[in-house]
Amino acid sequence: MSAHLHRTGVAGDPASAIHRLDPRAKLAGFAGITAVAVSTPLRAWPAFGACALALGAIAAVARVGPGTVWLRSRVILPLVVLVAAFLPFVRGGPAIDVGPLSVSEAGVATFASVAAKALIGTVSAVLLAATTSFPDVLHALERMRAPRLLVVIAAFMYRYVFVIADEARRMRAALAARAYRPRHLGQVATLGRMVTALFLRSYERGERVYLAMLARGYAGTMPRLGVLAFGRADVAFVAALVVVLVPIRVVAELAA
Amino acid sequence: MSCAIHARGLRFRYPNGVVGLDGVDLHVRHGERVAVLGPNGAGKTTLMLQLNGLLRGEGELEVAGLPVGNGDLRELRAAVGLVFQDPDDQLFMPTVAEDVAFGPLNLGLDRDAVRERVDRALAAVRMAGIADRAPHQLSLGQRRRVAIATVLAMRPRLLVLDEPSANLDPRARRELLEILDAIDRTMLVVTHDLPFAAQLCDRAVLLSGGSVVADGPCREILADEPLLAAHDLELPAGFDLARVSYAPAHGRRRDAPPLRLHGGGHDPQVAEVRR
Repeated sequence: MSAHLHRTGVAGDPASAIHRLDPRAKLAGFAGITAVAVSTPLRAWPAFGACALALGAIAAVARVGPGTVWLRSRVILPLVVLVAAFLPFVRGGPAIDVGPLSVSEAGVATFASVAAKALIGTVSAVLLAATTSFPDVLHALERMRAPRLLVVIAAFMYRYVFVIADEARRMRAALAARAYRPRHLGQVATLGRMVTALFLRSYERGERVYLAMLARGYAGTMPRLGVLAFGRADVAFVAALVVVLVPIRVVAELAA
Repeated sequence: MSCAIHARGLRFRYPNGVVGLDGVDLHVRHGERVAVLGPNGAGKTTLMLQLNGLLRGEGELEVAGLPVGNGDLRELRAAVGLVFQDPDDQLFMPTVAEDVAFGPLNLGLDRDAVRERVDRALAAVRMAGIADRAPHQLSLGQRRRVAIATVLAMRPRLLVLDEPSANLDPRARRELLEILDAIDRTMLVVTHDLPFAAQLCDRAVLLSGGSVVADGPCREILADEPLLAAHDLELPAGFDLARVSYAPAHGRRRDAPPLRLHGGGHDPQVAEVRR
């Protein structure tokens, strides 16, 4: 768990043109790429290709290597692709034989399109995370009028997920140190108690954190120190994506 | 400008019936550094939470010239800086800089003034240069120093620290001691770490069972083994009080009032141990 947590955060060249963009521009840009890919009709390969090219170019400028993208995508991609993996078997129409299996031709094509969409969405998210620190993403969300409560919850989650993961790791080590190795279902109850203990600890911590906030004058709103500046580079970045992707998306719609 | 604490007959009972404070009388003068000692459950943390209005009990309490209870909580909280025991409770923002800025921004200062305060506070705890790091990337000693910075940035008149040396390795503990020693402010240090108290504070208050049982020069209280033993405290084996180099900040030694044992020195528990 912690291994995955530490595989987050900014990667690539922190001084690159992409890293230095306003987080709002990046959030809008990557969300835009994902929206184009997801909303494009199936089999509109030129549109998928354009999205992939855009992502490739961004990754190159930001110097985020394919290894990093692959390692990070690997965490979520299987889940996304798994859903689509059944399509070749359940769709009707002409079938192709792949060894002992018979799969539907239309199903394979649909699967390829869905997988491409999933890949583009995942890589967009990975590149956003690799080029923008989480606090910056939160700041951007806040400034883009995302519901304040959600942003605050996300901020606390980011701050405390590491603390809670550490606690969980220590508890697991303590269980393992006393030779706990669940072999049948009855022994799983211990894990349930561990989760309960984690919940109670986190709940109590929540109360202490709230006291600490009050002690420093918290009055209902989270103040922000940094200011965001949407500059020329940011306009150029968003405009370039719009100019490239929107026409291709429209053409794909007409061709379909 | 008053920096003192005046508490008279302070009582507090938790909603579940546990008595936190049972008539605390405490007077702290401007510039004093007072160690608040006592066994677990003595009411140390409860007292600390009273000082900036997070808990409210009965009795008279005036902190930094502000009556606690009916006054302006914002002003009180700006005047009294609480440093909690677990820095993970105190540091809740995504980055160190934002966390240190949290208090001053709540005070309504403008951004430039806040940035200046953040820089100074981090420099005061020797943590300049880590402003953009996330708290989870820091060691416990570093997080504790940042936690102190978050409070210093509010420029409080009184600093209250809860177990500042808990779980620190000797080196982090020594560095913390040096940092605190350089801070010229009225200070209340709630601690179990008696050598730490001896090195930092000139006066000690022994809290037990929700009330003050002894109040006087830190060394005299720490030298009174029966008194300590009666309240579940003891110096580490081999620790020699005589060898503590107490170096008050800025070369002035604040004089503490003479040792007073409350209850006329007829504490039955102490008498038992003395025999």
